[in-house]
Amino acid sequence: MSGAIRDESLAPAATGEPRSTTSRIASSRWRFAPWIGGAVALLLLPYVFRSGASITMMSLMGFAIIFALSYNMLLGQTGMLSFGHAVYYGLGGFITAHALNVVAAGKLPVPLLLMPLIGGLAGLSFALVFGWVSTKRAGTAFAMISLGIGELVAASSLILRGFFGGEGGISANRTATLKVFGLNFGPQIQVYYLIAAWCLLCIAAMYAFTRTPLGRMCNAVRENPERAEFVGYSTQMVRFIAFCTSGFFAGVAGGLAAIHYEIVTASMVGAVPSGFVLLMAYIGGVAFFIGPIIGAILMTALQISLSDYTGAWLLYVGLMFVLVVMYAPGGLAGILLMQLSVLRSGRLMALLPAYALAAVPTAMLLAGTVMLIETSHHLLVKSAEGPAMRLFGVSYDATSPLAWLAIAALLGLGFLAFRRTWPLAANAWHQASAEAQRRRSP
Amino acid sequence: MSGVASATPALQLVDLHKSFGITPIIRGVSLDVAQHERHAIIGPNGAGKSTLFNLISGRFPASSGRVLLKGHDITGMPPYMINRRGLSRSFQVTNIFPRLTVFENIRCGLLWALGYRYSFWQMVERQRDARERTESILEQINLTARRSVPAGVLSYAEQRALEIGITIASGAEVIMLDEPTAGMSRSETEHAVALIRKVSQDKTLVIVEHDMSVVFDLADRISVLVYGQIIATDTPERIRANPAVQEAYLGVAADAEHAHA
Repeated sequence: MSGAIRDESLAPAATGEPRSTTSRIASSRWRFAPWIGGAVALLLLPYVFRSGASITMMSLMGFAIIFALSYNMLLGQTGMLSFGHAVYYGLGGFITAHALNVVAAGKLPVPLLLMPLIGGLAGLSFALVFGWVSTKRAGTAFAMISLGIGELVAASSLILRGFFGGEGGISANRTATLKVFGLNFGPQIQVYYLIAAWCLLCIAAMYAFTRTPLGRMCNAVRENPERAEFVGYSTQMVRFIAFCTSGFFAGVAGGLAAIHYEIVTASMVGAVPSGFVLLMAYIGGVAFFIGPIIGAILMTALQISLSDYTGAWLLYVGLMFVLVVMYAPGGLAGILLMQLSVLRSGRLMALLPAYALAAVPTAMLLAGTVMLIETSHHLLVKSAEGPAMRLFGVSYDATSPLAWLAIAALLGLGFLAFRRTWPLAANAWHQASAEAQRRRSP
Repeated sequence: MSGVASATPALQLVDLHKSFGITPIIRGVSLDVAQHERHAIIGPNGAGKSTLFNLISGRFPASSGRVLLKGHDITGMPPYMINRRGLSRSFQVTNIFPRLTVFENIRCGLLWALGYRYSFWQMVERQRDARERTESILEQINLTARRSVPAGVLSYAEQRALEIGITIASGAEVIMLDEPTAGMSRSETEHAVALIRKVSQDKTLVIVEHDMSVVFDLADRISVLVYGQIIATDTPERIRANPAVQEAYLGVAADAEHAHA
């Protein structure tokens, strides 16, 4: 199913070529609805989630979304798997931090609002240089070159201490820029709105990009590069322009990160953020424009909150990635859109009993897995604290046979029941979706 | 081959050679295809017909020799440069964009020719010329009803029609079709021949084909390729009567056709 509705994305009203005059008028009237809705949501979110921690988290999500979407310009749209995308994000961040310091030292009249643009231009410049080399090849060779460039830049960050600031990184002061409307961007809430505005702008720009002749040819190059060459397009040039555009937006994300943290360190250009952006895009769903947005929001939330609860949080992220790759290649966006198609036809209610039935063993499996990981983690990593531990509000002894029996029971019974109930849920969905399709095309 | 055709051939091959390793596949092919001519290339399996197509369209570089398109040397150019100069080809094995819709497949074929190139500052759906031309091509290849379907789910014959549609979408003056009716039923083939005749109106057509009825039906002239060399180029009637051709190739095919009838 992911094939059929690939690239139908954020705004259902604005997708596809219009079929009739009436639908054309309707689609143009509603085209801006999701954007206005998004802007209002971004505006109101700080009034709903008021705590400092949640405003910080939403700020992080803002530039994570831009970063993940820029990555998906390569992976989802053009079919280029990059292992070094943090190079453009990180270098965008460093240049922005240096620019902030230059502005502060020279008292230059540059407002902070425009600083992410400097990050973007930095990302673009480095993408022009590195992309010229790496986009000469596609597929595995491109992936390997991107990995090599990533390592190269990470290694230079240890050598070029003047630029990367060594261990301490480069600090910057965002408040020392030109004040516009009396904003000094000291309080986090002002930074949130700065990030939110740039986030919305970048989402809109990247969405528009998918609707341009070049954006469409990116899809053609992903689908069948050879044929694209025989309809007049240099696939290398298509890859190169996509790469540079992607580098620009990654740089904007990096610039916003620099403004948010007011410090950038060498880890920002390294393999960890390069890998994390791949996870965000893939878990969200690379086949859909909205996928990386979902992925960035979820992964940022997990990164912040889960790491408070457990030292093994990366293990959960890795497990989730493996599960998505194996069982849900459309990512979370794919799963959501599957439900949406049933919901639109009004048949989701009929599915709920089957879903509820399947949810019980899924919850058992989940609980068993969490208990297994946490108990092992406690014994292996925190053995100094003794065997007593707490999980799900229950205190128990990590070495007691009873605890391990519970784990085995949850996993074993959960697995057996899971195998019996999931086919029922899947069947129910297939029936409902077939029914929905019959109704749509009588 | 009408009177307006100038003296410059649409396509000119000059002593073309191609070897894979030490194995020669194309061994000195020279050929002139006049403007607005429908030219068929026939020959037994392994004669090098597809290789010849690949050399002309830039898929492989030639070992030696030259290819001229409307008098301009295109030897060694990459496929996209050759396409931009007005030569468009189809493939023997269906070569489409499987997860894009039928509409988008056609549109990909004409964006460059309409001048959109690598533009990312205009919305593709708002471009009327692209939409109208795509719709007219869809009409020609009879796939209007299937426009919103991913190309990968089309039937085989529909995919072959789409393959031709992508090839002609740019409005190239020289069209090369590599076995367009391969694997089709009798009625599908008739349909495809009518389509090819229609879309090659006022164009130069070079076609590789195994089905002799298609070849004799469509072609103004026929070249017979045997072991990498052209042994005869002539009108269909004289090719049919040529003893060397009969010996090398047509005898077998005529027998087969006889048995078929």
